[in-house]
Amino acid sequence: MLQTQTRKDRFTLLKKNLSTFWGVYRENTMGIAGLVILLFFALMALVGPHLVTYTGEIEGAEMVLQPPSAAHWLGTDDLGRDVFAGVVVGSRISLLVGLAATVISMVIGAIIGIAAGYYGKTVDTILMRFTDIFLVIPWLPLMLVMAALLGPSLGNIIFVIGITGWAGTARIIRSQTLSIKERPYVERARAIGSGDLHIMVHHILPNVFPLIFANTILVAAVAILSETTLSFLGMGDPTRMSWGVMLHFAFEMGAVSFGAWWWLIPPGVCVVLVVLGFTFIGYALDEVLNPKLRRR
Amino acid sequence: MKMRGYVLRKLGQTVLTIFVVLVFNFFLFRIMPGNPVRILIRNPKISAEALQRITEQFGLNQSKFVQFGYYLRDLFTGDLGHSFVYRKPVLDVIMEKLPPTLLLTGTATILSIIIGVILGVIFAWKRGSKLDVAGLSLSLVLYSMPSFWVGILMVMLFAVYWPIFPIGGMSVPGTYYATIWSQLGSLLRHMLLPTVTFALILIGEYVLIMRNSLLEVMSEDYMLTARAKGVSNRNLLRRHALPNAMLPMVTLIAMNLGFIVGGAIQVETVFSWPGLGRLMYTALMGRDYPLLQGIFLFVTVCVVGANFCADLLYRYLDPRVKS
Amino acid sequence: MTLLEVNDLTTYYKLKEGRVRACEGVSLRLEKGEALGLVGESASGKTTVALSLIKLLPENASIAGGSIKLDGKELVTAAEEEMRKIRWKEISIIFQGAMNALNPVRTVGDQIAETLKIHDKLTDREAWQRTRALFEKVEIDPDRVREYPHEFSGGMRQRAMIAMAIACNPRLVIGDEPTTALDVMVQAQVLQLLQQLREEIEMGLILITHDLSVVGETCDKVAVMYAGQIAEYGPTEEVFTRPAHPYTRALIAAFPDIEGERALASSIPGNPPNLLYPPPGCRFHERCSEAKPLCREAQPRTININNHHYASCHLLDRQVKSCRA
Repeated sequence: MLQTQTRKDRFTLLKKNLSTFWGVYRENTMGIAGLVILLFFALMALVGPHLVTYTGEIEGAEMVLQPPSAAHWLGTDDLGRDVFAGVVVGSRISLLVGLAATVISMVIGAIIGIAAGYYGKTVDTILMRFTDIFLVIPWLPLMLVMAALLGPSLGNIIFVIGITGWAGTARIIRSQTLSIKERPYVERARAIGSGDLHIMVHHILPNVFPLIFANTILVAAVAILSETTLSFLGMGDPTRMSWGVMLHFAFEMGAVSFGAWWWLIPPGVCVVLVVLGFTFIGYALDEVLNPKLRRR
Repeated sequence: MKMRGYVLRKLGQTVLTIFVVLVFNFFLFRIMPGNPVRILIRNPKISAEALQRITEQFGLNQSKFVQFGYYLRDLFTGDLGHSFVYRKPVLDVIMEKLPPTLLLTGTATILSIIIGVILGVIFAWKRGSKLDVAGLSLSLVLYSMPSFWVGILMVMLFAVYWPIFPIGGMSVPGTYYATIWSQLGSLLRHMLLPTVTFALILIGEYVLIMRNSLLEVMSEDYMLTARAKGVSNRNLLRRHALPNAMLPMVTLIAMNLGFIVGGAIQVETVFSWPGLGRLMYTALMGRDYPLLQGIFLFVTVCVVGANFCADLLYRYLDPRVKS
Repeated sequence: MTLLEVNDLTTYYKLKEGRVRACEGVSLRLEKGEALGLVGESASGKTTVALSLIKLLPENASIAGGSIKLDGKELVTAAEEEMRKIRWKEISIIFQGAMNALNPVRTVGDQIAETLKIHDKLTDREAWQRTRALFEKVEIDPDRVREYPHEFSGGMRQRAMIAMAIACNPRLVIGDEPTTALDVMVQAQVLQLLQQLREEIEMGLILITHDLSVVGETCDKVAVMYAGQIAEYGPTEEVFTRPAHPYTRALIAAFPDIEGERALASSIPGNPPNLLYPPPGCRFHERCSEAKPLCREAQPRTININNHHYASCHLLDRQVKSCRA
């Protein structure tokens, strides 16, 4: 690390790092596959809902629970709604909830991790004890209880998933902070009288950022799964269609015993693909960022 | 001597964790918007006097501190409140539903650990082979599936399209079984599908961890020593690699208990299995808050306690930390 | 009588980028009960030679040519099942840093007794009795046989490793940097023990090290390795007093101030070549102060200087000299 770093220097350094990073990443088949999957779903969530019509209007009894046909590619549900349109519309809420919850988790995880690692001693002990407690409590019952008490709404489900998913991240970031704290430029900053907050924001955060980023990917996969599960168990906002909410209605309306596979399989497949997409990218990042693994 | 200190420290941490959960549980149900009595009673048309009476009965007009005292006192006497839906004490309902859950989760957990360890060993031993790659991909896909959805697929396949197994439940309601064997047979038939589903959900992680743990151990120097000693492949695995590779599994199994609980809620819901998981879903759907709170507390204390036991077990198994 | 005869041993590692020629054309000879020192910088191929001898190379490495004869018996073509019987019974090995060389979750005694049960077919009782005797031999309290490796000090672990190595009375013990991780006092003890045991059970010893003083004290012969090849080979006394190869001379010149491998490497300017792409000609020419144009072009022959003293260097080659003259 240079003694003084102007903003421009940092920018060119970042650009150089990014292009070498991309050079290695490009070679990784798994990473590219994950990226393609996620781009596909991102496009679906952004543009899709404008292209399909998904109304709750009952089109007449004969249109209820129809298997796939030319008119309805993925059949219809118990209200005669087009399942394909539902999947497209649902992608927006599913991804939104997953990503927003991830952001909450990462912010909490980063703050707690950096603070514990930087201050050490009592602060560290208290924060890590707290983190451990969060790691032990079974996550699904915890989320269900909170969601049930707060009531089913989009904001609440995001909050509930976000607030339960930060503990693992906090632990990882804490240990990274511990090692960064000892580096000469941090000591130099302290010697010239920089405040704790300044050091944490300007010296530690940029250095733990790659780790935060890599962790975000894995937390996002879990968040998407959590959204689906919570919604399936009836904690989603019933007025905002997501893949989980869709599965909840399908299950409650007896799609299983009716054999309406077209109503149950597509939303689930979407969830699996998105989670796989995140996991693939996570694996690829791990390989790119940890050269030791590359040889294996 | 050191061991005793360790046990005491771990015990302290466990008690602290449970205490935090109690506090959390207490306040969670009291920071809710609206009058807690209304949440507890759920009757919007309750009269003013009745409201007053219940408020006093629950001590809700006292300070939060006193209320917390009452709450703790009730807990230690086993009073977890009264279920709206079942119209019975919460603890009674929980105890009634506990055995089916233990049966299902216990069987599935043991099954998945055994199969997971065996598969993990095979994949590690044949690393890089087609079998290894196929197994890893499958583990990854299983790991990415929502648990309940795996259950739905299983029901659709094996109970609806090919009706080999019952669609759910633990027995056929209203059936009289002539012998204990026919009753047991029926139980097994009902149990098979949810157990397999549950095991499938859990197995992926065990396979991955076992494989990686074994690969790591196999690259250790002491494995080279063992090979230089002329130890046979079989003993190399059984006597040198596995005792080391199994250690992280103990921790993992304990850490996974939370995940197992989550799986139980989903699998039992899909298969209408009359256990704690299904009970939690019922409580959720019926907004039966005392029951919900009771289950959450019960399950959390069990998981925290099991983690404590796993810590001690690990300590006992690994000679490096014992002395 | 010749115990071990290695001829033209060549071992390659396969990497994505190509072959690493970690050991090429290595020839060694060891008489019964003799000690040979194998010295060189790190990554010069010493350990590759050792692992080739017991055929325990990593998966991506294989012996590409040459022969290894133990008591006249060819090992390169021996089947794995046969090798398993030879390992430890005939050739045992002491690895560097016994902390990781012993299994942490099994008692030290158990790990020694295991070898006796495998090779000498002893019963459990006999094996444990013999293990206690071995502990005494390496001066560890026999009552500690049921302790775990982490309960031993570094020196004790290394002595336990030695006890394990001699358990089946092997004819050849390979010590791969057996004293490197130990402090000087313990180092001396361990070396003395090895020496004493060698005389007692008449075993051959190949001592792999970067420490010339260790070789001087312990070994009858020395082989100097550089970049996967033997640069010089001969009786220790002779090689040390009259080094023929420029690399050996540089090593000896650097000797007084060496503290470890790093000090050694830095005292000779330049770095060892990348064995993925070894330089043409003599592998040492890039760092050799006496290099001639020919050294860049042709691989040197192995020259017999006088009885059993060999070196591979163009400067010693009379034919080359006469050509030029």
